[in-house]
Formats: sequence, structure tokens, C-alpha cells
Amino acid sequence: MDAAALTLKFPRTQSLKSIDMPTFAVANDELTEIVRYLRDTQGFDLLADLCGVDWPYRSPRFGVVLHLLSTTNKEYVRLHAACDNDAVPSVTSVHPGANWHEREAYDMFGIKFTGHPDPRRILMWESYPYHPLRKEFPLAGIEVPLPAADVAAVTGQNVEPAPMMGGPFVSHGGHMSSAEPQALDQSWNEEKPKA
Amino acid sequence: MVQSDFSYNSKIEGEVIVTRADAVVNWVRSHSVWPMPMGLACCAIELMAAGGSRFDISRFGMEVMRFSPRQADCMIVSGTVTYKMAEVVRRIYDQMAEPKWVVAMGACASTGGMYRSYATLQGVDNIVPVDIYISGCPPRPEALLDGMMLLQEKIRNEGGSLKRTFRGRTVETKIVS
Ligand code: SF4
Repeated sequence: MDAAALTLKFPRTQSLKSIDMPTFAVANDELTEIVRYLRDTQGFDLLADLCGVDWPYRSPRFGVVLHLLSTTNKEYVRLHAACDNDAVPSVTSVHPGANWHEREAYDMFGIKFTGHPDPRRILMWESYPYHPLRKEFPLAGIEVPLPAADVAAVTGQNVEPAPMMGGPFVSHGGHMSSAEPQALDQSWNEEKPKA
Repeated sequence: MVQSDFSYNSKIEGEVIVTRADAVVNWVRSHSVWPMPMGLACCAIELMAAGGSRFDISRFGMEVMRFSPRQADCMIVSGTVTYKMAEVVRRIYDQMAEPKWVVAMGACASTGGMYRSYATLQGVDNIVPVDIYISGCPPRPEALLDGMMLLQEKIRNEGGSLKRTFRGRTVETKIVS
């Protein structure tokens, strides 16, 4: 990984502190070009992952993180691009495999990928009104109608918030045998309603 | 079949068995359950194991897994039912011909299991009537066989109607033979 060459060619790129691999904050509008440059010039030919991130107290709030792997030099690099108006350029023109990753990031965070060939949701149904991995979205969900109106009419079923029974469930760490996931709030359960 | 369903006369041995039409029909049905494997998650792997030679579900006359709902009469819901998939499960159920039965296999199909989340239907009995629930995450193939034998028991004892659980209530469906 030639970090100097990267920052020389794209001067707005900043190196970030990281414990595992070279990490850079890249300019939103340069993302596609940087990924192309890393693929063609530095051998980062495999897009290992692309995901969204939500920092509620940062501005801009959303960003995407890419992990690129060089199959010849056996090394990784991580790129972070902050969103501009909840949008980042799509990298599908460089790595076609980014297609479904970007659809997932759109589905879960509402990040728009400009230039994406098929910008649909991938996990939730198309008419779902929320983006469930945003920090303010409750894990239990929010009541909305079922996607199929006829099935909803026959069954009387809605998409309902799941019973959390004192959740969310977290592991407090420590030794495996004592790290059973527990509810953060133990003061209520199925029998004892929340005060 | 319970003993009272037959009456056997030794004087006409080997020639005639007297019984009721209901009992014969139920007996035949209970020994030729054709399951529709609604395999949605990890439980489906145990369902496949139950179909394999080691556990051999065909010993009980229910090995004819049909992927077409038109040819099946018992839907085994084995796995996590998401809200997105709920529509498909209901449509496939609607396409099966009566009489039909539903087995909720595993914690997920019965109650939503460990998935307390925005995406998961909390029990398949919210959208289709369920005859048998099988506990476990996943249930072992033996548990599935036990559940299926319970279903056979239920089929054998049904007198023209079926009782099932639907949306927390017991509903009764008339069976037309
Ligand atoms: S009950 Fe357990 S094994 Fe079965 S589908 Fe759910 S998580 Fe998987």
C-alpha cells in the first residue's frame, strides 16, 4: 500500500488512526475515482465489504465504509466517505459486486448511491417507510400495514412491534460461561408491565 | 384407529371388516400425509434430516415431500417467518386443497423465537391456522417425527371438523369428505 502516492494524487484524502489496516477519510465526490485508482494502480482488486454507518452526533451524520483487499499483495485498506445530503457516489462502475451492498446500505440507512443501476431496497419490502438500522429506530419495530393488502385483509395482521420483554439484550462481557445476554432493563417483563 | 372403529367377526374370517366410512377415510389420510416443506431457515435442515435414511420419515407414510402446494396437504413451516415472507406463506397455504394441516416446526415458526425484531412475524399462527407446534431450536428430527405422529393421531380422531389455533383463538373448520 503506497499511502503517499494516494494522498499525493488525491490531496483531500486524510489518513485516519486505525489499529488494524491503513484507513483513509476520502472526499465524497472523489470516492469512485479513488476506488478505481486503488484497483488499477495499487492492486486492490476485491471489494470485501461496503456498509453504511450512522453517527447521530456528527455532521454529516451518515457515511459509508469500504474494505478493499489486494489479492496479490495480501493487504487491506479501509476507506470512509461521509455523505453529502445523505448521498455518496456509487462504486458499482468499478466493482459490480457493490450493487447489493449499496442496496442494503440504502435499505437500512437511507443512504442514496448516485449512479446506482438498480436503487431498490433489498431486505425490507419496497413500500416500507423506515430505515431500520438508523439509531433512532426501535429494534422492536413500528406498526405499519403488511405489504400485501389482501393477505392483511384475510388475516387481520399488521407489522407489529415485537415484544421485547425487558430488552434489548446485551452481553456484559467477561467469561463465556457468565456472559449470557441479559436485558439492560430488568425491572419489567411479561407479567410486570413497564412502569 | 381405535379398537371400537372395527368390529371383527371370526365366523367370516378374512372376508369382511365392518367399520365406519369416517374412520376409513381418516385412517387413509393419516397414513398418506404429503408434506409441503416450507423451509425458511435453519429448522429446514432438520426437516431434511428427518427425510433422509437415518431418521426415515417414510416409516410413517409421510415422505412424499411436494414443493407444489397443489399436491400437498400438510404445510411444515420450518424456519423464521419474516413479514416480507408472510404473504408468500399465506398464499401457498391458500393454494393447498382441503383437507390441509399446518405444523409449526421450531421456536421461530411457533412464536418468532429469538427474533424479537422489526422484521419477524411473531408466530406463523398469526397468518395461518396451526394444528401442531413443535418446540426446539431447532427440534431434533425425532421431535419432528413425534409431532407428525401427533398430527396423525389428530387426523384419525377428527369427526368431520378440525380444531386449530389461529391468532390466539381456537377455530373450527368443517371437513367435507
Ligand atoms: S427455531 Fe432455531 S433452528 Fe429453527 S429456524 Fe428458528 S433459529 Fe433456526
